[in-house]
Amino acid sequence: MENQISFFSSFALNDIFFMAEAAYRTLLISIISISIGTFIGGIFGWMLFEGRIIAIILLGPILDVFRSVPLIIQLVLFYNFAPIVGFDLNAFESGLVILTLYTAALVANVVRGGIASVGQSMRRAARSLGMNYWQDLRYVVFPIGVRAIFPSWVGVALGVLKDSALVSVLGYVELLRASQILMTRTQEPLLIIAVAGAFYFALSYPISRFSARFERKWSQ
Amino acid sequence: MFDYNFHWRPVLKSLPDLLEASLVTLQVAVLSMIIGIIIGLFLSIIKLKAKGPLQWFASCWIELARNTPALFQLFFFGFGLGALGIHLTPFFIVLAGLTFNNAGYLAENFRGGFNAVPETQMKAARSLGMNLWQAYTRILVPQVLKIVYYPMTNQFVWAVLMSSLGMLVGFRELSGETQFFASKTYRIFEYFAAAAIIYYLMVKLILFVSRVLATRLFRY
Repeated sequence: MENQISFFSSFALNDIFFMAEAAYRTLLISIISISIGTFIGGIFGWMLFEGRIIAIILLGPILDVFRSVPLIIQLVLFYNFAPIVGFDLNAFESGLVILTLYTAALVANVVRGGIASVGQSMRRAARSLGMNYWQDLRYVVFPIGVRAIFPSWVGVALGVLKDSALVSVLGYVELLRASQILMTRTQEPLLIIAVAGAFYFALSYPISRFSARFERKWSQ
Repeated sequence: MFDYNFHWRPVLKSLPDLLEASLVTLQVAVLSMIIGIIIGLFLSIIKLKAKGPLQWFASCWIELARNTPALFQLFFFGFGLGALGIHLTPFFIVLAGLTFNNAGYLAENFRGGFNAVPETQMKAARSLGMNLWQAYTRILVPQVLKIVYYPMTNQFVWAVLMSSLGMLVGFRELSGETQFFASKTYRIFEYFAAAAIIYYLMVKLILFVSRVLATRLFRY
């Protein structure tokens, strides 16, 4: 039995680096999609709040679709739809597009609520002080609204960070995909899934703690 | 216009199967929700009242459920427990994963709910001669469930959407069935578009029913 070739090799230090690199990919795709998605979502939220009839009829239901269809279906659908209309996107790019739109849909709702949370009388006061509409948005609504929506925005961002695991369906090697690959090779699923979980926990838990503390501090 | 021929006939032909599979989706979501509510109530009470290892256990459950991806949780119940010699069927993998997730998220909601119920309610119940169990089940929990009704319906929608991850562990709910047919006929886009529509309608139906239920339940 000595010279038998083994197809499996055990978990080694190298694999930790492999997983760390995969964690970096997870972070990369989530950070890009969260930043662009937040920006777009902010504009969408403002459009929803200002409520010109077209925005409500067109934008509302479209954003609603992103929130009512499972992300995994959205990903597979878009990945297979893009080539049909002539875009040749790889797994990373399609994942990025869908995650960005998904973030935007969630953030739009949050932002709409945030703008609504700034009292009407406060805005009237700003306008009667001689500010124009944009100054009112910039110097009154923005500072107050950001404080109001910060916790829910962090919640959305963490949700997207976790949901980025689903891009693995398209073949993008992020943290969970990497751990699947390692599981196949090492045949030690429990250890590897625990390491992957620890990576996610280490990314997500400090941020949620930080946001909770921030919220307490601001609500005082 | 497109360099692609859409074939909707196979989708229409397997529509009954897809609808049947969506019942499986609903079934697993409802079950995970019911068990999740019960566990979540216990977790939140333990986290509020207990000390020592019990509280530590509840905190661990809640933080793990909230800070790791749902897909990771499914993989844990699928592959992780498999390493310990516990082999669950796909149905129970999804049920366990969803329940674990629901319980964690709901416990956090319930905690807010318990904090919102005035302390005098408990004292009044106890001084009327109820024991602790009666006070909780007849006085406190109904009020908490009323307070967190809307977060709960949101969580239920999440459970329905998250059950789509079952497709990655071989569970034949709506997504799994969709993938099965898609790989059989190679009409990936068409099948996943159909699944997206079914999910959308399902979510809308759930929200509608929950709203109707709310008007019936909370008349007083």
